[in-house]
Amino acid sequence: MSDKIKMQLQCPMPDLDYDIITLGHGSGGKLTNRLLEKTVFEVFNNDEINTRHDGALLKMNGNIVFSTDSFVVSPIFFPGGDIGELAVNGTVNDVAMCGGIPKYLSLSFIIEEGMKMKDFWNVLIGVKYACDKAGVQIVTGDTKVVERGKGDKIFINTTGIGELHPNADIRLERVKKGDKIIVSGNIATHGISILSVRRGLEFESDIESDTCNLNHTVITLLNEFGQDIHLMRDPTRGGVASTLNELSRDSQMGFDLKECAMPIDGQVASACEMLGLDPLYVANEGVFIAIVKASRADQILNKLRTLEFGNNSAIIGEVVDDHPGKVIIESKIGGKRVVHMAVGEQLPRIC
Amino acid sequence: MKFVAEYRNPEQVEALVNEIKKTITKDWRIMEVCGGQTHGLVKNGILEMLPDSLQMVHGPGCPVCVTPLHLIDKAIYLALEKDVILCSFGDMLRVPGSEKSLLQAKAEGADIRILYSPLDAVKIAQENPDREIVFFAVGFETTSPANALSVVQAKKLGLDNYSILVSHVLVPPAIDAVMNDPETKVNGFLAAGHVMTIMGYQQYQLLVEKYKIPIVITGFEPVDLLQGILLTVKQLESGNFKLQNQYSRIAHASGNEAAKELIRDVFKVDKQIWRGIGEIPESGLHLNDEFMAFDANLKFDIQLAIVEESQDCIAGQVLKGIEKPSSCPMFGNKCTPENPLGAPMVSSEGACAAYYHYSNLNDF
Repeated sequence: MSDKIKMQLQCPMPDLDYDIITLGHGSGGKLTNRLLEKTVFEVFNNDEINTRHDGALLKMNGNIVFSTDSFVVSPIFFPGGDIGELAVNGTVNDVAMCGGIPKYLSLSFIIEEGMKMKDFWNVLIGVKYACDKAGVQIVTGDTKVVERGKGDKIFINTTGIGELHPNADIRLERVKKGDKIIVSGNIATHGISILSVRRGLEFESDIESDTCNLNHTVITLLNEFGQDIHLMRDPTRGGVASTLNELSRDSQMGFDLKECAMPIDGQVASACEMLGLDPLYVANEGVFIAIVKASRADQILNKLRTLEFGNNSAIIGEVVDDHPGKVIIESKIGGKRVVHMAVGEQLPRIC
Repeated sequence: MKFVAEYRNPEQVEALVNEIKKTITKDWRIMEVCGGQTHGLVKNGILEMLPDSLQMVHGPGCPVCVTPLHLIDKAIYLALEKDVILCSFGDMLRVPGSEKSLLQAKAEGADIRILYSPLDAVKIAQENPDREIVFFAVGFETTSPANALSVVQAKKLGLDNYSILVSHVLVPPAIDAVMNDPETKVNGFLAAGHVMTIMGYQQYQLLVEKYKIPIVITGFEPVDLLQGILLTVKQLESGNFKLQNQYSRIAHASGNEAAKELIRDVFKVDKQIWRGIGEIPESGLHLNDEFMAFDANLKFDIQLAIVEESQDCIAGQVLKGIEKPSSCPMFGNKCTPENPLGAPMVSSEGACAAYYHYSNLNDF
């Protein structure tokens, strides 16, 4: 039994008199108070949140890393996760990518009137589960309810802060010719898992989203390799292709990739073939790209492969100086092409 | 990935390229008919591997590209003005109509849904008896059986709120059109293998005899494409032209009888306008009298002016293989996937999009 299912069983939904969320639950009055008391405060019970203040007073050391993200996925429950987990992992990972050790999160909901209370509860359990895994605490937040039709069940914003890891020096300027580009796991898994359950495009598969917290893995790498890690980024929306294009453009270095080195699950690759999607442009939620010093790349990769979520990691390419701002990939059969930034959402083809 | 990986084998690719180089002694132009093949060639960097004397020209087999402008305008009109639920394959959404695309119409509030199967549109019609559902039935022979099945199903279920906006085109008349164009420079064809899985390939024998050209039924993976090219080059060099089947693991002479019967039951063959190319006789499938009630063209009062195509776009020349995308002065500057002047820049099967997305570094 998964830890999340255990948590769901240990935390039965409280009796809230309502089966659905109503506008009243966002009014700030009694209904709001009862909802928050029995759900949010009960689930996230910690010293900071228990002060019931307008904000949280936190103790932090040294430089602080700060990041925010909003989450609007549909459907809100998908194979391998839910919007609650995604909202925590997304921000935790963004803090970690900057070299931060994530500590505290804010949690804000915009809920569409009519959302099932049971679904809201399960989203909270998702948030709690992900927070426990990442070792972060929810210390402040907000709940608003909008009229039916003005939202899509639930939107979540999280903001995270963390302390900068003492060994971290992660900056674009540190990307140098010869650096190796590592991807920490199989690509395109999250986007395809969502598509597989999206109305109108459903197909049968066992593909589960890769949403996960990468902070423990990143911290271990920083502990051991510190400044040899020059840059990190998590390739979420727009996929590996868009993230690498941004990094190449902003660092004014060229990136050479090898298609045959790109780690991808067989089912995900097949689904991409079937739908006519390029996996390089499909979203990830549990993968990061690290640009590292060439002489240490193999050691970093070997270590990463022993760490949580890192067993499929691979060196997918290297930094060059002869086509600044451009990403080039060598196809499996040896041809070369430019990998552009995604134009918009990829749309499945006709035949 | 079994059945795919073996057709992407680098050693086999190299061996085939070498054999093509060894075989070829003259300048030849081969057209790959299907946009999926164009993308396969460009995406894998195959064009750069071929000898200079061999030119691949890209054909009209991109369903999105040849769907007439006024039909896209009609789809947008139905979705915006007639409050229908417009269902479509994803690829159609970004194609520019005369004023906007379906994607823009969606942003303006139209209820447009991306589906992978037209049968899902029938399901939506069942679930929404108080709404009209229109499926934008676009494509070559490959998608026509499923689209036909959707109206058969709707009829069986007694649904009167389902109809289709048909833009079905056929490959053989397009080959006729390419060969009859006085500017044509094509010496041989790679025919689209997946079309044969539905239709069989007897009709193509007639084209070989009529135009005295080689036609090789070809798949989509690098090894498929190179084998197809090699077989065509061998025919061209020997002067002995015939129909050959490179894609025999899937394509057979008689095709899929059940699918063909479905197409015959539901559609009739008639003239059709191809975007950028113009009217081609006997080149389209239209709903026959028995299924007229499911024709969105007849069901709705659609009053739209016919708008002329932009003069800046040379899509027609590209689709007939007379011009290459990169020889268009608009390519990559005034015409990009973000701001396309014509459909071939948008579709995942369009030649211009293939050149743009998968170009060699030297092109930019």
